[in-house]
Amino acid sequence: MGGSSLFSGLTRARRGFWGRLADLAKGRRPVDDQLWELLEETLVESDVGVELTLNLLGDLRRELDRHADQTQLFELLRRRLVELLGPAEPLVPAGRAGEPAVIAVVGVNGTGKTTSIGKLAHRYGREGHRVIVGAADTFRAAAIEQLEIWAKRTGAGFVAHQPGSDPAAVAFDAISAARARGANVVILDTAGRLHTKKNLMEELRKVIRVAGRAQEGAPHETLLVLDATTGANAFEQARQFGEACPLTGVILTKLDGTARGGTVFRIRRELSVPVKLLGTGEGLDDLVELEPAAFVEALLRPVAETGGGPA
Amino acid sequence: MSVLFDSLGERLQAALKRLRGRGKLSEADINAAMREVRMALLEADVNYKVARDFASRIGERALGQEVLESLTPAQQVVRIVHEELTGLLGGATARLAVASRPPTVIMLVGLQGAGKTTTCGKLALRLRKEGRRPLLVGLDTQRPAAGLQLQRLAESLGVSFYVAEAGSDPIAGVRQALTEAARLGCDYVLMDTAGRLHVDSALMEQLVAAKRAAAPHEVLLVVDAMTGQDAVRVAEEFADAVGIDGVILTKLDGDTRGGAALSVKAVTGKPIKFAGMGEKLEALEPFHPERMASRILGMGDVLTLIERAEETIDRKKAVEMERKLRQAEFTLEDFLDQLKQVRQMGGLEQILSMVPGMSRKNMPGNVDESELARTEAIINSMTADERRNPSIIDGSRRRRIAKGSGTTVQAVNRLLRSYSDARRLLRQMTAREKSSRPGPWF
Repeated sequence: MGGSSLFSGLTRARRGFWGRLADLAKGRRPVDDQLWELLEETLVESDVGVELTLNLLGDLRRELDRHADQTQLFELLRRRLVELLGPAEPLVPAGRAGEPAVIAVVGVNGTGKTTSIGKLAHRYGREGHRVIVGAADTFRAAAIEQLEIWAKRTGAGFVAHQPGSDPAAVAFDAISAARARGANVVILDTAGRLHTKKNLMEELRKVIRVAGRAQEGAPHETLLVLDATTGANAFEQARQFGEACPLTGVILTKLDGTARGGTVFRIRRELSVPVKLLGTGEGLDDLVELEPAAFVEALLRPVAETGGGPA
Repeated sequence: MSVLFDSLGERLQAALKRLRGRGKLSEADINAAMREVRMALLEADVNYKVARDFASRIGERALGQEVLESLTPAQQVVRIVHEELTGLLGGATARLAVASRPPTVIMLVGLQGAGKTTTCGKLALRLRKEGRRPLLVGLDTQRPAAGLQLQRLAESLGVSFYVAEAGSDPIAGVRQALTEAARLGCDYVLMDTAGRLHVDSALMEQLVAAKRAAAPHEVLLVVDAMTGQDAVRVAEEFADAVGIDGVILTKLDGDTRGGAALSVKAVTGKPIKFAGMGEKLEALEPFHPERMASRILGMGDVLTLIERAEETIDRKKAVEMERKLRQAEFTLEDFLDQLKQVRQMGGLEQILSMVPGMSRKNMPGNVDESELARTEAIINSMTADERRNPSIIDGSRRRRIAKGSGTTVQAVNRLLRSYSDARRLLRQMTAREKSSRPGPWF
């Protein structure tokens, strides 16, 4: 299965969506309660969250002209969601040789950190940069070997210590090695941890602090890897990881399934953390930049397909 | 124990405020209440349609119900909701299948990152403790180092393992694993499969083929408790395409409300058997429907707290303690006893975290465990007479106690003062309780 499923889906959706819009425009169907309910259902089922959904729809109800038709409502909602996501923000550029850009990758267990690092390394490597990955997940069984395989696949350098060793020391060594070898990018893998585990979050703080000691300003990018299938808890993850280490962006993974990842709206709105990359499959190239308009269309696909519900 | 802060309870109270003093719940009351129930469920990540169906079912049951005199209508509705939710989540038995002719084959399936491999290790440990001989089988030939992860787990547990080679055909792996189980005389075979998306038809077909080859006695779907709305689709697809016999919820040691449990149960009808509660391999617990119901409704894990207290606290002692508390006969000796029990229950902070409304956000500052240790040392330095009758502790006794406990006279004074404050408070509380008895909650 290729990485394009979200986007082949999007193309489908785009045709369906705009086609549907065109139909609606012709008919100029009035807004009814069934449509409001369908919108509510669609947003909630995309994990936008019940509070934000009700606020959004409440605002639209107030702003919308009494005689507005369905097309106008769709368009307004679409625009509002795109605004909420904010413009796409670029990833930190690679550093000069010996002054690498340092990227720390954090998140709870099982969101796809290591896989995302493989794709990130591939992405920078493809642009001709020298990449070093540091295996600062010294806890989970075989995590080091898993990362090493990704490093080999992408031609990145690899720095690791023994299982169970101090992850902060790994971070320090990876950055030092990158500086000595003239690399442009360092990517640090960290162990998955639930944001509620105090001592593990303290450990993460230390990794980040020590990275800053190895190089001025490091990490230059701290990416939270979020699983698109996660519900309301994603917000708590972003909030509490952000308290331990200021986040510069989110990688939203597993978008090649049926989950829509609507949790990122609240994270962007309340925590000001932008989505930077989307994981869309198992292949090395399946890590793409956020296109806000396309993301919103994928989210609203069910509405477009049902076309405003039974008339 | 009454529920302190109950988000659904408070909401329902607000929604049903007008109702006080009337005998029955009307349709309008029910609609208002059901809206709040739905909101609470949605905030807990219960699927939209599941929440809607559940609320309308509850509504029918609640309509026209007599409001019991001792309860407020809101409490009445909470009770009904909690009961129904527990019923829906229930039917669970924390028992694995047993084959009439060993080995019993169990297969774990699910999305990537749900926690299948770790759960496999936890099940193996559980079986080993029951005196079984499990074989851990790694069939994930896709994810880099997945087999190695399983092997490391097996080695750390001291159980046998068989790992299919990376990139090989998992079906061949199934056959070899079964041969290996027979050779080693294993009575359980735990098969860890590759994580896959429910919409990936090629990989789902592969899983069906692996199942056919393994002929498992039980297929368990592993679901991350933090899963959102998508849980229904995932569960439906795995149930339809592969067929499942039960569910294991993982990562319940976090702060998720865990509404996915209800979604998955509602669409598959299969029992939730176990709950993963942490990274340690011991951290697999039987699933408790009533606790999960409380958690989804935001009512805290009162039952776990009570149960843990029951495990630690000697029942006779507890009864005696309650009598003493009521009569304000609470001595420093009793206080020392209590401190020790708090320790055995896992420390104050852990206990507080299980009290409803006591999320880490509103926990009273940092609970200073070293302060507790100091208090214990001071009481330990007292004679038995002094503990039973603190009024005899004069200046010279205070100096001796301070010296003996390695603290200061001020610290001893502080302890004695807070002890007498507590006694006074207890006396007042007992007096108040006699004059007006609050109604029971459940």
